Amino acid sequence: MDEIFGIPAPLLFGQLLLGLINGAFYALLSLGLAVIFGMLNVINFTHGAQFMLGAFVAWAMLNFLGLGYWWALLLAPIVVGLFGVLLERTMISQLYKLDHLYGLLLTFGVGLIVEGLVRNEFGSSGLPYRIPTELTGAWDLGFMFMPVYRGWVVIVALVACIATWLVIEKTKIGSYLRAATENPALVQAFGINVPRMMTLTYGAGVALAAFAGVLAAPIYSVNPQMGSNLIIIVFAVVVIGGMGSILGSVVTGFGLGIIEGLTKVFYPEASATVIFVVMAIVLLLRPAGLFGRA
Amino acid sequence: MSEINRRRLLAGAAASTAFGALPTWQARAQAQNTIRIGVLNDQSGLYRDVNGPGSVACVRQAIADSGVTQRGINVEVLVGDHQNRPDVGSNIARQWMDRDGVDVILDVPTSSVALAINTVVRERNKIFLNSSAATSDLTGAQCSPNTIHWTYDTYMLAKSTGGAMVRAGGDTWFFLTADYAFGHALERDTSNFVRAAGGRVLGAVRTPFPGTDFSGFLVQAQASRAKVVGLANAGGDTINSIKQAAEFGLTRRGVKLAALLMFISDVHSLGLETAQGLVCTETFYWDLNDRTRAFTQRVLPNMPNQLRPGMGQAGCYSAIVHYLKAVADMGAQQAKASGVETVNRMKAMPTDDDAMGQGSIRPDGRRIQPSYLFEVKTPRESRGPWDYYKLLQTTPAEEAFRPMSEGGCSLVRS
Repeated sequence: MDEIFGIPAPLLFGQLLLGLINGAFYALLSLGLAVIFGMLNVINFTHGAQFMLGAFVAWAMLNFLGLGYWWALLLAPIVVGLFGVLLERTMISQLYKLDHLYGLLLTFGVGLIVEGLVRNEFGSSGLPYRIPTELTGAWDLGFMFMPVYRGWVVIVALVACIATWLVIEKTKIGSYLRAATENPALVQAFGINVPRMMTLTYGAGVALAAFAGVLAAPIYSVNPQMGSNLIIIVFAVVVIGGMGSILGSVVTGFGLGIIEGLTKVFYPEASATVIFVVMAIVLLLRPAGLFGRA
Repeated sequence: MSEINRRRLLAGAAASTAFGALPTWQARAQAQNTIRIGVLNDQSGLYRDVNGPGSVACVRQAIADSGVTQRGINVEVLVGDHQNRPDVGSNIARQWMDRDGVDVILDVPTSSVALAINTVVRERNKIFLNSSAATSDLTGAQCSPNTIHWTYDTYMLAKSTGGAMVRAGGDTWFFLTADYAFGHALERDTSNFVRAAGGRVLGAVRTPFPGTDFSGFLVQAQASRAKVVGLANAGGDTINSIKQAAEFGLTRRGVKLAALLMFISDVHSLGLETAQGLVCTETFYWDLNDRTRAFTQRVLPNMPNQLRPGMGQAGCYSAIVHYLKAVADMGAQQAKASGVETVNRMKAMPTDDDAMGQGSIRPDGRRIQPSYLFEVKTPRESRGPWDYYKLLQTTPAEEAFRPMSEGGCSLVRS
C-alpha cells in the first residue's frame, strides 16, 4: 500500500474529502457572515443560533406539518430569514451609528437567548432527523466509503456560494449593495431605499445560515448547542479570509476544512485548535486577512 | 473576620427586630438544623439531559420521600452550572462551601471537573457524593475519605460492555476517545479487559471535546479493520459518533459499535431506528422492576422535557435518600460538623431505595450494586414510549466493580 508521510494514501484521500465536506459548512456559514459584515458592518454573533434554528425548523416541519426534507430546504431558510428581518428592523438597525461592539454584543445576547429558549423546550440531547430516502446509500470509492448525502452537501454548498457571489458581483442589485456599502447617502440620493436593502441583506445572510442548518440536520445531532460549537470556528474562517470578503470566506472555508481534516490524521488532538493557529499566523503576517483590503 | 461577624450579628439583630419573629438564638438554631445540598452539574451543555435539571428534580424527590422535614431538619438545594470546566466548577464549589454553608456537593459529571472538586471538598472536610462522573480514579489513586462514588465508573462499564463484546467475538478494537480524564480512563480500563480476554487493541484516536464531526475519526477506525469500535465518550459526542457511524456504513459492514457509556436519553435522541442492537451498561433503568417504575412515576411530573430519568439522575436520588438517613441518624448538627464522620456513617449502613435497590459502600468510597447489560430494542420490539431496553445480563455487585485491592486507594491500606 502506498504511503505519504507514513500515512496510508487511502486514509489521506479520505480525510481530504471529509475535510472538503466540513469545509462546505464552514464556507456556507462564513459566507452569510461575510455578506452581513460587508454590507451592514455588523458582526452577527447570532449566526450560530440561526444555523441551529434552521435545523430545528426542519425538524418541526417534519413532525408537526408532515413536510419533509425538500420542503424544509426551501421553507426553513425563509422562516428563519423572516426572523432575521424582524430582528434587524426592531433592534440591529438602531445600532448602525454606533461602534461595531454594540452590534456584536446585541447579536451575541440574542444568540444566547435563542439557544437557551430552544434548550428549555427540547433539552440538550437533540432530536432525530433522517437522511431523505433519495439521498441515502453510499458510493464505494475504493479508498473510502462515501455517503451520497455528504456528496450532495458539497455540491449544494458550492452552488449556493457561487450563486451568492454572482448576485453580489454581477447583478444590478449587487452593484447597488456594493455602492451602498461605500456611500449610503449618495446611493439614497439616487432614489434607492437603502434601509430596506440593508434589512433584506441581513435576512438573506440569516437565510444562508438556516439553509446550512437544514443541510446539517441529517448528519449532526439536531441540538441547541450545534451552532455554538461551529460558530467560533466560522468566525476564525471569516477573520482569516478577510472580514467582509465573499471570495475570501468561501476559499478559506474549504481550505481550512481540508487543513482540519489532515490534522485529524497527523495529530488528532490538535484538530480543534489548528484553525486558530492558522488565524494567529495570518493575523501576524496579513492583519486584514488573506483576501481583505487593509 | 471579626468585622464580618459583627456585621452579620448586626444584620441578624436588625432583621429580628424588624420582623419581630425570630430571636437571634432561634435563627441560629435553625441554621444549625439546615442541611444545604449543592447540585453541581452541566445545566446548559452536551451533558444537560443526562444530569442537569433532571438531577435536581430527583434530589427534590429524595428530600420529599425521606421525610426529614417532618423531623425538624430543613434541607435547601442550590444549583450550579459548571459548564464542564474544572475552573468554573471549583470556583462554584469553593463559594458554596466558604460563603453559603453548603454541606454536600452532589452529581458533578465530567471527570476532569469531578477530580478537581474531589480535592476542594476534602480540604474543607465537607461531603462529595458523585453520581455522574465516570473516572474510576475517584476511588482509586485519588480516593478521598470525604467522597462516595455512587452510580457507575469506567472500570464497571469496561468490564460489563467490553467483556460482553469480546465474548461475542469482538477481539480487535479501535477507540474513539474523548480527549480528557474521562475518555482516557475509559479507554485504559476497557483496553485492559480486551487484552485480558485475549483481544487486541489496534489503535485509538483522541477526539477534541466536545466534538461535532466524527466522520474523519470513524474513517480511521474503519481503516484499522478492527471488529469493534469502542466509543470512549458520552452525551452529544456519543450521539454524533453513532449517527455518523451508521451514515458511513460501519455498522452495515459488520463493524460493531461499543457505546461504553450510553444513557437512555441518548437512545431517545438517536431514535430506535439508528440505536437498535447497541449494547450498553447501566445501573438503573426506569422499567427494571416495580420499585423503579414507582420511583419514575413519582419524579416524572418534575422531569424537564418529559425525559425519563437516567442512571446519573437516579443515582442522585439514591445518594440523597441515603445521606439523609445518616443525617436523621446522627442529628443535623453533628452531620454538618465533619464530612469524614458523616461519610463513615454512610459507609456503615447498607443503601436501599426505590431507584437503585440495595447496595453498600466500600471503605474506598465506591458504592456497589449489580450492573445491568442492556440491548437496545428494535422499533418492532418496543411496545410504547421509552420502552427501549431488554436486559441481557446482570453482574452481581461484588463482581461488577474493581476489587479494592487493585484500585490503589490509600484508605484501603490504612
